[in-house]
Amino acid sequence: MDILFTGLLLGGAYALIAMGLNLQYGVARIMNLANGELLVAGGFAAFFLWTSGALSPFLTVFLVAPVAFATSWAIYRVMLLPLVRRARSRGQLETDAILATFGMSFVGVGLMLAAFGGDYFSYSYLARPVTILGDTFALNRVASFLSAVALCGVLYLWLNHSRAGLSIRAIAVDPDSARLVGIDVPRMAAIAFALGGAVTAVGGALISTYLTLDASTGVMFTLKALIIVIMGGVGDVRGTIVAALLLGVIETLVASLIDPGLTLAAAYALFIGILLFRPQGLFGKAPT
Amino acid sequence: MADLSSKFPNMFFTLGNTTALAEDVVGILSQMREDGQMGDKIAMVNVADAFGIELATAARPLFEAAGFDIVYDSSYPLGTQDLSPVIKAAKAAEPDAFVAWSYPPDTFGLTEQAMIEDLQVKAFYTAVATPFPAYGERFGPAAEGVLGAGGVNPDSEAFQEYAKAHEELTGAKPDFWASATTYASLEILEQAIAAVGLDREAVSQHLKEATFDTVLGPISFDENNFNNAFWTVGQWQDGVFHGVASRNRDGKAEVRLKDGWK
Repeated sequence: MDILFTGLLLGGAYALIAMGLNLQYGVARIMNLANGELLVAGGFAAFFLWTSGALSPFLTVFLVAPVAFATSWAIYRVMLLPLVRRARSRGQLETDAILATFGMSFVGVGLMLAAFGGDYFSYSYLARPVTILGDTFALNRVASFLSAVALCGVLYLWLNHSRAGLSIRAIAVDPDSARLVGIDVPRMAAIAFALGGAVTAVGGALISTYLTLDASTGVMFTLKALIIVIMGGVGDVRGTIVAALLLGVIETLVASLIDPGLTLAAAYALFIGILLFRPQGLFGKAPT
Repeated sequence: MADLSSKFPNMFFTLGNTTALAEDVVGILSQMREDGQMGDKIAMVNVADAFGIELATAARPLFEAAGFDIVYDSSYPLGTQDLSPVIKAAKAAEPDAFVAWSYPPDTFGLTEQAMIEDLQVKAFYTAVATPFPAYGERFGPAAEGVLGAGGVNPDSEAFQEYAKAHEELTGAKPDFWASATTYASLEILEQAIAAVGLDREAVSQHLKEATFDTVLGPISFDENNFNNAFWTVGQWQDGVFHGVASRNRDGKAEVRLKDGWK
């Protein structure tokens, strides 16, 4: 029970890390390798607002989200749209986007190093024990898990029960056909990319309450997000959530019952297993 | 060390070596046990990366030779996002002392989890980043009594003067270990160049021969270009990270018992 809960809490953090990338890759078709830098930037914002103004990270997110949305939207319009326009095939767009965002991730790291220096940013927020069913957990992890649940719930409902969400899902399935039924694909793709950025930065602000970040840790989160998105199925919110929780529970199981040193090995074993047996993702349909 | 300096004859070592870091942790815990302050059960973890593996490998036989019982011994990957299983398992082993050969993010993570799990030990040690001012700021009174790698003599006039200048110049406080050592190595270079000019060979030769007056006190290098006077273990005491064990350095404070996480 203890292991399950701890695993779910970790899975919630992973869902926060991966959800934004899923929107960006699934809909806008941009494999955004600078995703982790935005996450760290969100965490930095939370750090500075907390240490200078004692503003709770759970309120900071309402500030971080619109800023990250606008920034991501601008990045998409200025830097990525030309790539989308000139790409003749999906493969070419992926290659170009990977190279472009890989470069952007270095720019992001450089900007953050220049602005904040190479220190570790770490603060204490809700670092109190809370007892659930007789086991103790960190309150900040529980709070961030509940936020993740709310965030994923809203995203899921929006994607599945609104007209804009329907358009976004249509683009995720087939961008060419989506245009034929009157969906403004470039606009919706920009919105999905920007939304992905906002979700990522919010995730960064939330996880900064219990993880120590520095300007160059972004790539670690990008990698984890990548694994989760691919396991869950590209463009599938439900798959991402399940994959994130699964990863969290399995890592905790291995850490608690076998050895903490094997968590990474377990994560990659799960990843390889899914790639071998369900390459389309947990809930994806087999390619026809 | 001899091997390294024979291959790189112009390389000089100021911060000490891992064996000494591990030996002095074992030494401090042995002393506490002899004084009847704690038993002989140790929980030891390390980050599965060069530094952590090296220190754990050095410390394991030393703990065993000193008659300690390592009741929990484990590693975790670099960048582990949830260290609660590590602390929970360590707590379940009921150790008298907890030792982590850790890197900065896990130093912070392990300490926070230990607070949350209320890990009651007589000595709590985390390695890199424990001497950072950010550690004291983040954990406040809970940091009291935490042992860590490195240290300085924060009461020495030279250090206080340096810390003040460092903060005025950079806007940030220096840490209680490597900052002053870095500054000392620059002082050494400055003095060497002032003495013999910019000739690289002459500077190297002068570094091997002379004794330099630095913010840490006098520093000279032995036949392996190794500085034999350095801090190995420090402890947060009244809001300052104070050196409690060193090789050939004066001004160490008495070790205190870790008294809860209040």
